[in-house]
Amino acid sequence: MPEVVARALAVLRRYIGRWGLLVALVALPAYYGIHDLTHGYQAGLHAGHPVIRHDLTQLGFNIFEGLSNGAIWALIAMGYTLVYGIIELINFAHGDVFMIGSFVAAGLWGTLGLGLATGPIGLVAGLLLTLLVCMAVCGSLNVLIERVGYRPLRNAPKLAPLITAVGFSFILQNVGLLWLGGSPQGVNDLIRENDTVFQISGVVIHRADVLAIGVMIPLVLALTWFIGNTRAGRAMRATAQDPEAARLMGINVNNTISLTFLLGGMLAGAAGLVYALYETTVWYFQGFEAGLIAFTAAVMGGIGNVRGAVLGGLIIGCIQELSDSRLGPQWTEAVVFGYLILVMVLRPRGLLGEETREAG
Amino acid sequence: MSEPTRTPPSEETDPVAVLLSLRAALIERVDALAGRAPWWSVALAAGLIVVRFALRVSGFGGPLGVALSVLAGITFGLISRAFWIRWREAFVRRVPWWSRALAGVLIVIGIILPFFFTEASGFMGATIVALAYVVMALGLNVVVGFAGLLDLGYVAFYALGAYCVAWFGSDFFFNSHVHVLVSGIAATESGIHLNFVLILVCAVIITSVAGIIIGLPTLRLRSDYIAIVTLAFGEIIGVLAVNGQSIHIGNGETLTNGNSGISALDLPYFPGLGSFNLLKLRPWYWLIFAIMLLVLFINLRLRDSRLGRAWIAVREDEVAAVSMGIPLVRTKLTAYAIGATFGGMSGAFLGAFNTTVNAGQFAFSFSIFVLAMIIVGGLGSIWGVVLGALMLSYINYYLIPDVLNGLPGDLGLHFSLTQLSFGIFGFLLVLVMILRPQGLFPERRRRMELTAGIAAEDAQLVEAQE
Repeated sequence: MPEVVARALAVLRRYIGRWGLLVALVALPAYYGIHDLTHGYQAGLHAGHPVIRHDLTQLGFNIFEGLSNGAIWALIAMGYTLVYGIIELINFAHGDVFMIGSFVAAGLWGTLGLGLATGPIGLVAGLLLTLLVCMAVCGSLNVLIERVGYRPLRNAPKLAPLITAVGFSFILQNVGLLWLGGSPQGVNDLIRENDTVFQISGVVIHRADVLAIGVMIPLVLALTWFIGNTRAGRAMRATAQDPEAARLMGINVNNTISLTFLLGGMLAGAAGLVYALYETTVWYFQGFEAGLIAFTAAVMGGIGNVRGAVLGGLIIGCIQELSDSRLGPQWTEAVVFGYLILVMVLRPRGLLGEETREAG
Repeated sequence: MSEPTRTPPSEETDPVAVLLSLRAALIERVDALAGRAPWWSVALAAGLIVVRFALRVSGFGGPLGVALSVLAGITFGLISRAFWIRWREAFVRRVPWWSRALAGVLIVIGIILPFFFTEASGFMGATIVALAYVVMALGLNVVVGFAGLLDLGYVAFYALGAYCVAWFGSDFFFNSHVHVLVSGIAATESGIHLNFVLILVCAVIITSVAGIIIGLPTLRLRSDYIAIVTLAFGEIIGVLAVNGQSIHIGNGETLTNGNSGISALDLPYFPGLGSFNLLKLRPWYWLIFAIMLLVLFINLRLRDSRLGRAWIAVREDEVAAVSMGIPLVRTKLTAYAIGATFGGMSGAFLGAFNTTVNAGQFAFSFSIFVLAMIIVGGLGSIWGVVLGALMLSYINYYLIPDVLNGLPGDLGLHFSLTQLSFGIFGFLLVLVMILRPQGLFPERRRRMELTAGIAAEDAQLVEAQE
């Protein structure tokens, strides 16, 4: 009898190992989908009476909103994962670089005179210019931080650069605090983010969703192409695997690391602009919160793995949106971190597997 | 452990001689007991003292109390003496005289320090908080410094410790009436009111269980994944604290009071230390100083114990440690539990000292603050951690708000330094780390590794050149 039990337990464990994660990830949307179908949900009021509908439109809306929100986390998470992959450092300052990106965008709109009255051509040109400036500023800021704070500590104990990262995070937050004050600041809703672009079987797609996903996809493609197909990208991968061997092969390791920080910072800058347009508020603490979520996304996907970071970002966006609209926003953080712990327990190396030195 | 020798009949008439021989016999017995069962004898002495205070607090004084006092004092003295004899040799061998003298001087300075400052001065308040942070940092040092498990969710234990005070030392659970060893106003209010020592014990039990629960999912994980999972637990506890108002636990009572906070906490009471209130900070200071000394002592003993060496082995090379027979799961979980315990004790103290426990106190930045203390001080080095904790908390709670705040005005500039406080703090962190990456006072073992590693490389280079 005990042998049978043991064998059953072993089978169970194998199944949990293979399918547990999938079940856990699908459980939340599946539960609410079934709940919507059987119990219905209130979709507005009609002539004073609540309209109860029994379909999956609300779930679809949640998931699409989640994907577009997750696109921003994905952009930030890529910066975390690139840096972790190459120097094994949790770059705590990264979220605050993203915050500076939002602030630069908001400031630049004022300088350029972009407002609600600006025509479409001027708006597109202005936003493109802002995007380039944000990416340039955040990229160089990230490189500067690496040069001052992390490069002198290349051979130091592993946790020393973590503390300089925390130090830079505090400094940047203080810059943000002095720049725009301690409370969230509204910015012009330049793209009228809540205008409907189109509907797919009842699911309304807003402009902001299109913007977030439309900025994220080309940047992800460009980044993966860059890492996979260029000389500099090969140098990055080689340095990530073994910096010493890469140096012996004639790769300038320091420049390669700087390049990694430049790319990560540029993505954070783009995310900063998109965030300002998407949320239409900016404040100095946004970087800290976003950084925590994005780092969680990077870990969930498998740290060091760019595709994993994107996947993790999108999944976390969906979980957040579902939890926001069903359980209430005050529980969202706990739900996200609960999911993170589940992922870590069920698959200790993240969804897509890590790509770091220790993983070989 | 021989039988006490019978006194010769000729001396039986001399009462002094009888007493002396009795004393000798007693000492011998106690020595034997301390040798056979050291922890039971400590527990016996502690039990007597607790019973004594219980009698005093609950109003039974008189001859019975005095007798118990004397008995407890004698037992305690004899047991300390027995331990002292057993440890003296090792102590003298391991700790040089100047070090012992320095420790004695420091403890004396620590005890008389409050007399140099007014009762409610800002410096005293900052010192009390700094000592509480020393206890926190020593706890986190067990997990991160000794066992090498990067813990970013230490705030969870601060929260649990503080909530122990709120739950077991206030009228928050207004439907229950539990009073254990409390006096004064606390003995008449509704709610759960335990003696502060018992609250500390509760905090120790709850946080060590929480530490094990948090440790369990991280057993299979590598270093930075451990960091993010502990971070996740810390944040979840924070969210529970904020939303505790909507978690009902029956009787119309909720888990926490969220951001509104639980206030009107019982003040600790210790005979001989005077009354605890916020205008008289000296008793608070002595209490946390005593807790700090206790935790420091436990830390020093742990570091050199079998368990401490197992932690360091796990930190240096997990695979090698396991193949040498170190039980990995137990070693890691004890590190989490013990580290959590110290955090809980300090959290309970800070909760009582802040006179209110609200969810806003338990932010992620707290974990980072304590982590910064131990890394700036020198990871794994107990004295480094103590100094790092003192330094950073004085900078944060005294130097920036109290001392430097007038500086811009003196220089004729019109801004407030508090606006720049965490920028300055961040700048100092960067500066210290770049100037001394290994921390201010690195652990001896690590320092040896660093220099020995360089020497070995140099030797290899020399060989290669020849």
